Amino acid sequence: MKASAFAYARATSVVNALELLAVYGDKAKVLSGGQSLMPAMNLRLISPEFIVDIGELAELRGIFVKGDVITVRALTRHVDVLRSPEIATHAPLLRDATSHVAHPAIRNRGTLGGSLAHADPASELPACMVALGATVIVCGPQGERRVPAQEFFTGIYETALSPQELLVAVELPVARKDSAHFFHEFARRHGDYAMVGLAAQSTIVGGQFTDLRLGFFAVGDRPLLAGAAGKLVNVAVTPEVLAKASVILGEELDPQEDQQATPAMRRHLAQVLLQRCVSTLLSRPDLQGLPAR
Amino acid sequence: MTPVPIFLEVNGERIDTHVLPRLNLADFLREHLKLTGTHVGCEHGVCGACTVRLNGEIVRSCLILAVQAHEGSVETIEGLSDSGEIADLQAAFRDRNALQCGFCTPAMLMAAQDLLKQNPEPDREEIREHLSGNYCRCTGYQAIIDAIETTARLRAERAP
Repeated sequence: MKASAFAYARATSVVNALELLAVYGDKAKVLSGGQSLMPAMNLRLISPEFIVDIGELAELRGIFVKGDVITVRALTRHVDVLRSPEIATHAPLLRDATSHVAHPAIRNRGTLGGSLAHADPASELPACMVALGATVIVCGPQGERRVPAQEFFTGIYETALSPQELLVAVELPVARKDSAHFFHEFARRHGDYAMVGLAAQSTIVGGQFTDLRLGFFAVGDRPLLAGAAGKLVNVAVTPEVLAKASVILGEELDPQEDQQATPAMRRHLAQVLLQRCVSTLLSRPDLQGLPAR
Repeated sequence: MTPVPIFLEVNGERIDTHVLPRLNLADFLREHLKLTGTHVGCEHGVCGACTVRLNGEIVRSCLILAVQAHEGSVETIEGLSDSGEIADLQAAFRDRNALQCGFCTPAMLMAAQDLLKQNPEPDREEIREHLSGNYCRCTGYQAIIDAIETTARLRAERAP
């Protein structure tokens, strides 16, 4: 189908975009790369009266490293993330995850900020933000506010953004020397939305996790930072310890039923991912291939 | 909803016109410019049939508004075909029967040429991955991958 009719304005600056959003509020939608918004509009899932196109705002582009923080501005495209030496060095989890986002033609247009603001629970990047402990920077009529990623995602396509606000950047902690990451997802076709996925960031000392953040996606209405990780930190991970964590993971998940998978299948796949993740990160092949729970 | 003025280049030709904001680039190319080699399949970014180049990069023209192509440079299959840029790729598709109904073919050629420009000697897995966003309902893909592989090899042999 085609999008329904709307009025259109090409924002000339962030200030101008905020002025337009202040006027049109929830009647407006912000257009960046359009790779989530346009499908939703073409399917008539949403029919905004007004589109604020921020796609040409150079002030919202770029990746910057300063001290222990890497700032990725909202209009950074997926292809820019994949090509960035700063991301490869300082946030390799984000690089790996982005290679699973859709297909080349879509990665040439889609933006990090757009993906996060859209907040599809099956998409890779919100889960990365939660796993990395990112801070989302938002601009609005009252100025700037900083929202921890875990508080930013509030439901299916729902975020802490108000209709008058614009997501302008995210800040990620620079990966530590002793850190290791894991990313994997199960999808019917490479590049499709995942049935279940896991973005994990860890620090490992002497064969044990000293920190482990497990960001699961497509297992609920928002990315889930799994509490099960707590059972795996600062302990010698045995098959029994892992099995216990797997049971806890199964209990904390609330997967949805859709045409791709049942809740039971999603729960099982999440447990398989947990096992692969722990085994890979700790270089412990003996933890692979155990019953998932 | 008033028309918005845009100017852009399409296959090297400058276009000055007005379009409604809701018009997507695929429909602009097909309906306004009669460039019907760009196909419209799913209209939500899944099938890949509408793939064109915008400022040198492949994009989904069903997921871009014509107003977003303002000041941009668009190349369609007509442009790539007429310039001879993909003549060898087209010949390889014909020779290997890498098309049947032809609906997906313009976009397959777009995606394949994009890959070969970035990676002149891709292996079959890399070809599959780069084409993963393009559906073909006739061929089963093997012949398409063969044709691209063959073109890559012939280009490498021809290169000085």
